[in-house]
Amino acid sequence: MDVISNQLFAGLSMASILLMIALGLAIIYGAMGVINLAHGEFVMLGAYTTWALQTYAGIGILLALPIVFIVVAAVGWIIEKVVVQNLYHRPLDTILATWGIGIILQQAVRLGIGAESRFVKGPELLSGNTQIGPLIMSNYRIFLIFFSVAVLYGTWLLMTRTEFGMKLRAIIQNRGISECYGIEAKRIYSLTFAYGAGLAGIAGALITPLFSTIPTMGTGLVVDAFLVVIVGGLGSLIGAASAAVLIGEATALFSIVINDTLGRIAVLAGIIVLIRFRPRGLFPTETRR
Amino acid sequence: MKRRDFLGGVGAVGTASVLSAPSLLTTAGRAMAQGNDIPVGLLFSLTGAVAVVESTLHNAALMAIEEINAAGGVHGRKLRPIIEDPASDPATYADRARRLMIRDKCVSVFGSYTSSSRQAVLPVTEQRKNLYWYPTLYEGRECSRNVMYGGAVPNQQQDVLVPWLVENFGPRFFMIGNNYVYPKEENNYCKSLLSELGGEVVSEEYVPMGHSDFSSVINRIRSEKPDVIFATVVGDSDVAFARQYHAAELDPEKMPVFSLTRSEVEVKAIGGEAAAGHFSSAPYFMGHKSPENEKFVEAYKSRYGGDQVTHFVSEAAYFQVYQFKAALEKLDPANITPEAIRDAAVGLKLKAPQGEILIDENLHTHLWPKIGQWQSNGQAEVLIQSEERVAPKPYAAYEGQTCTGEGLVKA
Repeated sequence: MDVISNQLFAGLSMASILLMIALGLAIIYGAMGVINLAHGEFVMLGAYTTWALQTYAGIGILLALPIVFIVVAAVGWIIEKVVVQNLYHRPLDTILATWGIGIILQQAVRLGIGAESRFVKGPELLSGNTQIGPLIMSNYRIFLIFFSVAVLYGTWLLMTRTEFGMKLRAIIQNRGISECYGIEAKRIYSLTFAYGAGLAGIAGALITPLFSTIPTMGTGLVVDAFLVVIVGGLGSLIGAASAAVLIGEATALFSIVINDTLGRIAVLAGIIVLIRFRPRGLFPTETRR
Repeated sequence: MKRRDFLGGVGAVGTASVLSAPSLLTTAGRAMAQGNDIPVGLLFSLTGAVAVVESTLHNAALMAIEEINAAGGVHGRKLRPIIEDPASDPATYADRARRLMIRDKCVSVFGSYTSSSRQAVLPVTEQRKNLYWYPTLYEGRECSRNVMYGGAVPNQQQDVLVPWLVENFGPRFFMIGNNYVYPKEENNYCKSLLSELGGEVVSEEYVPMGHSDFSSVINRIRSEKPDVIFATVVGDSDVAFARQYHAAELDPEKMPVFSLTRSEVEVKAIGGEAAAGHFSSAPYFMGHKSPENEKFVEAYKSRYGGDQVTHFVSEAAYFQVYQFKAALEKLDPANITPEAIRDAAVGLKLKAPQGEILIDENLHTHLWPKIGQWQSNGQAEVLIQSEERVAPKPYAAYEGQTCTGEGLVKA
């Protein structure tokens, strides 16, 4: 019994990490229809920015978060301005372009900073465990769960309660008409892309104390993030959240019942079946494209 | 048949003219170099996924070559390193090895970290009757006459370690490794030792390569409470495993991790604090005390930077070049072939940083297994040093199969 409760917590923890990585992707993909294959590299850039801030400026992870967000968002903004913006009416080309950007970023980090794994110290404040009966939870992982929910809520507020969000939703529904009403779609798109990139950066910053920080770390993560987005349904925040929980818990339970390798296979097989019967994901949004 | 004779004749004429008038065909410098230098291939990835480790092997081997050249070379001839970057891709390894062995006429090639890249080069080196110097610990079960194995095989990593673990920590082993051949073969051998020692395996788990979330593994460790965690997790996975193990506050005093793969490189990324208290088994640690090692570490640091580390694979990459040099010294300078180098290398003794090593007639190396405990400064304190040099038995887990000087013998 205590194995199961511990495992449920592990699943939730996995889900929180997945959600934070997938959220930025879901927004970019859902709002703009851009399949951003450089997303994993934004995560990686976030991790390296955290490393640089900690190593050279002595700033801990939690204080570094706003800086990381701004730095990675700025990188995203530049990439959107220079490359992605010119490709909105050629969605297939964006896949190739963002993939190429991903490779460029990865190799730039490898050449500039080095290929070896970097060490980032976790926050002292959140070290240790909280124990409730047989359930042992790492404080840092609890923090990640709450933080990811907060980010989700913040994004929801941004999308539904601000003028920016309203404009963005208008553009998603019909870009042409929105522009007729004076909404500057280009600007909104740039900001959205930057926001999505910034979220990826934060995710990267937060996972560094648990994972190893290497130039290729984003590649594996982006696959999981895409699974979350596709299972959740394009552009749906609640879809991304529930898909992250579903995949996280399924992975955790399968890996305790079978083992990690077969568990992974079982989860992927499950996703294929799900996509077969719900091709637009769990919570498809009705948009005109 | 006729055509081949004709080509052969033309070839002979061509070679003769090269020999008689080299300056007509190449620049004088290159002809000189070809006359005097000994071409040696370096085949370590400088880009791609395994470049993190292989670049350190490249550095160590190159340093050895330059040290040898600075000391006057071999019989007055310098070693000429020819560097190729196989970019972490096994097919490219085979291709570049062929290029080094055929076009550049290298008498030996040093290279590879992963088994998959060694196996890609294997047919090439066997076909060209060349010599491939492989510095990494590996899973055994290979017995090529054209590969010099410098790293430990399972019996060299475990013969000292496993009985010590059972005696000092207990008989209940939890095995965790990445899902590929090396961890499986190591665990296989460990199980055969455990059955003799009366130990048991409470769980044997494999995670995919590059796996980065170990929460379920850690939960299982927590509920099983094993005496020993026997880890063969590699690279980034090991870094993630160690950090999450530490974050979960599992106490190394009560449940230490014994790794066959964790070296100074991984510990640097894990962070000394998270790695402290756990153990590794290897023939070499950077903190090993010997005059040879002090010289090696100092030379390496002054050359590549004070924050660089040496580890059990880079040490082998370094001493293998010296083994190669010692073998060359035994040969007639006019008659250097890869197979002559191999035959001269067998039985060769050499003071390496880890201790005095010996090349077995099966072309593996007799090594000095050690058990080190990691400290918070990122270095290992060597707790146990094997009392005698341990002979390599690449088929130790397979009864009736022995790797000998004639290749694999099946009883």
